[in-house]
Amino acid sequence: MPTINVDKYRLFEELGEQFTPDTFQQLCFEFGIELDKDTEEDETRPKDQAPELAIEIPANRYDMLCFEGIAMYLNIFRGKQTTPNFKLLDIPEDKMQKITVSPETEKVRPYVAGAILRNLKFTPERYESFIGLQDKLHQNLARQRTLVSIGTHDLDTIQGPFTYEALAPKDINFVPLNQTKKMNGQELMEFYESDKHLGRYLHIIRDKPVYPVIFDANKTVCSLPPIINSDHSKITLDTKNVFIEITATDQTKLDIVCNIMVAMFSKYCDEPFTIEPVKIVSEHNGTTRVTPSLHTRVMDVEVDYLNQCCGLQESPESLCKLLGKMAYTAVPDKEDAKLIKVSVPPTRADVLHACDVMEDVAIAYGYNNLPRTSPNQASTIGKPLMINKVSDIVRNECAMAGWIEVMPLILCSHEENFEWLNRVDDGQTAVKLANPKSVEYQVVRTSLLPGLLKTLRENKSVRLPLKITEVADIALKDETKERKARNERHFAAAFYGKTSGFEVVHGLLDRILSMLRVSFVTHEEDLHGKSIDYKVAENPSEEKGNGYFIKEIDEPTFFQGRAAAIYLRLGGETRRIGEFGVLHPTVLEKFDLRYPVSVLEVNLEVFL
Amino acid sequence: MAPPTNTTASSEDLATDILAALDKSQPLLSSDAFPSATFVDLKAALDRLASREMVRYDTIERQEALLEPEAEQIVANGSHEARVFEALRKAVEGLSVKELEEAIGDKNVVKIGQGKAFKEKWISKTKDGKFTAVADKINDTTQEQIKTVQQTKTHPDPKILADLKKRKLIRTQNIFSFKIHKGPKFALKIPEEATDLTADMIASGAWKTATFKPYNFKALGATQNGGALHPLNKVRQELRNIFFEMGFEEMPTDKFVESGFWNFDALFVPQQHPARDLQDTFYISDPKAADFPRADSPDDTKDYQAYWGNVKAVHQDGKYGSIGYRYPWSGDESLRLVLRTHTTAISANMLHKLAATKGPDGRPLPARYFSIDRVFRNETVDATHLAEFHQVEGVIADYGLTLGGLMEFMEIFFGKMGLHDLQFKPAYNPYTEPSMEIFAYHKGLGKLVEIGNSGMFRAEMLESMGLPKDMRVFGWGLSLERPTMIKYGISNIRELLGHKVDLEFVQGSPAVLLGQE
Repeated sequence: MPTINVDKYRLFEELGEQFTPDTFQQLCFEFGIELDKDTEEDETRPKDQAPELAIEIPANRYDMLCFEGIAMYLNIFRGKQTTPNFKLLDIPEDKMQKITVSPETEKVRPYVAGAILRNLKFTPERYESFIGLQDKLHQNLARQRTLVSIGTHDLDTIQGPFTYEALAPKDINFVPLNQTKKMNGQELMEFYESDKHLGRYLHIIRDKPVYPVIFDANKTVCSLPPIINSDHSKITLDTKNVFIEITATDQTKLDIVCNIMVAMFSKYCDEPFTIEPVKIVSEHNGTTRVTPSLHTRVMDVEVDYLNQCCGLQESPESLCKLLGKMAYTAVPDKEDAKLIKVSVPPTRADVLHACDVMEDVAIAYGYNNLPRTSPNQASTIGKPLMINKVSDIVRNECAMAGWIEVMPLILCSHEENFEWLNRVDDGQTAVKLANPKSVEYQVVRTSLLPGLLKTLRENKSVRLPLKITEVADIALKDETKERKARNERHFAAAFYGKTSGFEVVHGLLDRILSMLRVSFVTHEEDLHGKSIDYKVAENPSEEKGNGYFIKEIDEPTFFQGRAAAIYLRLGGETRRIGEFGVLHPTVLEKFDLRYPVSVLEVNLEVFL
Repeated sequence: MAPPTNTTASSEDLATDILAALDKSQPLLSSDAFPSATFVDLKAALDRLASREMVRYDTIERQEALLEPEAEQIVANGSHEARVFEALRKAVEGLSVKELEEAIGDKNVVKIGQGKAFKEKWISKTKDGKFTAVADKINDTTQEQIKTVQQTKTHPDPKILADLKKRKLIRTQNIFSFKIHKGPKFALKIPEEATDLTADMIASGAWKTATFKPYNFKALGATQNGGALHPLNKVRQELRNIFFEMGFEEMPTDKFVESGFWNFDALFVPQQHPARDLQDTFYISDPKAADFPRADSPDDTKDYQAYWGNVKAVHQDGKYGSIGYRYPWSGDESLRLVLRTHTTAISANMLHKLAATKGPDGRPLPARYFSIDRVFRNETVDATHLAEFHQVEGVIADYGLTLGGLMEFMEIFFGKMGLHDLQFKPAYNPYTEPSMEIFAYHKGLGKLVEIGNSGMFRAEMLESMGLPKDMRVFGWGLSLERPTMIKYGISNIRELLGHKVDLEFVQGSPAVLLGQE
């Protein structure tokens, strides 16, 4: 959420009320903004700085990203003012300032809008807020100027009609804002390469064949969007007439930005809330129009919908009154008593659907004042997920058998998942991340072992032996799936002690599988702990009954002769479901473990 | 473990000796009867006997004076002043300092001794600067005093004792000894004691006559070394139980990898939304891209192509009474693979399937779903942020739901977690409208703290799926880690989730009992 800093006492003056910290906090809470900080009591605040409030604004309220917006909406909410009637100066189109768009702009930044604020009175505070709003809009809605960028000019230093063109970088020559030297587009890119503020915007156009540029009638460069304005037309505290040009790659956001910029600051014009329009001539893409639109949208909203969702039984008139607090102008529909006509002011770009209006009814009424009703409608039946039931059996049996449950991370480094376990990445197994901030998060684990071994590594000071388990998901690439990957629920255990603990891990496997009603199938004699459905088979792989058996394996993860694969036979089908064994000493070394470790890992999905 | 009172062989003998000595005379002073026994051995033997009421005893504390090495020397050779006098007495002509030092052979003795001898008027100085004896006979009191101390370990005159101590000739130490009386169960022999009741004793009936060693009730019992469940999973289980109590069905959350479609677009999160930035979401480089949404089982007969079209339309052009975001929606962007940033991707999938169900009235059935599972954010890791955490999510789909009902439900749900008197704050979330942040008063912090997020899913999301307009859906979520951290007083999330957890912490974490006041 964007945070806006405003002068505390100027805001209170604008609101016509001296709030206490609690009452202002309460107002913010009810309205849905958040008072983040009040520097009144902050001892680090420089003595010459007035106390500030840092206010967090919901991410879709672009019209509250400045002092003027916050003050206006809070005043409307508190019934201290009504929504201003923003209007365009009534002049014929041929008398309007014009921006003619060249088709070349399609190659880089196709859309433009313009507006003029006449006879504006800047004060240092207003000026700062004017710059601040542009900055906040650039950061948020405009996604770091990629979608929209704003240029503002002293109209008295330039002369319309204007053109919006796109030229080869070397053909654009001007003195950028606050510079003294003239430079072309190429030189400008180099000049701002390491600029802390502007450097991050260069990529938006740098490699384009043409750069966008706004010229006045005398071919004076006004700006090179989205990077910088020219020094020639810069606005100052003394500027009276402001020419605003806005360029964009997204037309919807262009119009939103244009409306908000002029709505917030037209307040300071001689004729408040009146904006001089600019005609955009853009025949090649059919966007010839007059900007800003300042379009007030009228929505027909059902009275029943508003009342039902909020659990209210308000009359259309009273709903309209509530909506007035949220800057709408709403009136009951004269023809249809079931509807109200809601006018959405041009600044409320966040209102897309009747549900947005409905939320505002609830806010105006006060969320915490809404009548509470029984939450019970239809009765439903609770149901656990079967794989979680199986997991819980295994987790609880492990704990009962004296093992400690751990919860390592799911993301790990490629090395931890493969090389350190002496495993080879065949490229068909692991899901890989494109943009991790750290090497710790390169792949989604395909085994629970890295997490267990890292947990042992971090717990070497705990009394031996350590016996840990985890029952959780791994993920595997799977081209047959819509998302090209699937999760698999695994159960794993690790024993860390002065002896390998191989038989301990083996015993845990037997215990867990017998608790899952799977019997051991073997041709060995002298096996203890025979369960009721214990079977003896001479050759386990040919036997038909259900059960599990193990077979020695030679895999580099494990110490030779101390590892086995676990096979499960269900309904005549035999498949490998996991493995256990003593880890190879080279694996221990990689995970910085000093004592032998035996591990076990089993796929639990097969028990569903 | 509570060990039985420890008994070594030597204290065994000593105890018997004490009983024998006590039989002859009482009270018995340990310092007289057993001068060579150490305090520790004596105390152990006496405690053993006393615990059986065979003896009772008092501890006597007294001070004992001991000679320092310098005093030992004085006992052997006389005091420094006496030695100076003796040396001078033998030399008729008197001695210079140097000669005196040679005669005695210890500069230090000369230095201290001559001063003291002058004071006693035993010696004087001649005109040529030599020392000479003037007394006829001297009485070496210092030596006598020290000898007294050596013999009696003290001196009858406390002033002298203090003076010797000040002169660093003696040191004192506290000595404990015991005054021992017979106890009510006095006997000459300690009866044989059993440490534990055994099967043999029960079989033989020996328990009837046996004496049992007393148990140490002040110590802890034996360590159990038991297994343990992870505290996060314990809280998770409590929350699952709350959901089950309230009729919720657990959602299959077995998809860490999601497409942008399910994770964002289906939820009406626009493609330029900051949550979709590389800064916030993990994108997948391998595998490359998702397939178009499609049925994942043969009995799923929904038209996924229509759904895809609806989602595109509602974003790009507006639909279902919404003006939409009005931007060119990209199918490629939608098929990019991500690690799910929330389990709401699963909820979307479930609600889309719900739209195909038909109740008795031909409309989709009301439903309650929940899940608690891992989600991923491309966060910079710190004490309160990890790239992974668990999201607790609940969804209620029904007809005629109201905001008041949602709030009342939250009051019941969080009430089961022990959180009451909730406050709701308007908030923004791209897929819920209205959106409500849920706050509860935290007694420890003395302020309202945010405990979760909730709202009604937007029509753009639900109607794209084919759910009827009058079916409303609540959704709410919270993290599993935060309530667990509060419950167990943990300030660093890395001590809870991940490999840096302390196994002893896992083992020692008590049960959760959410809702217990």
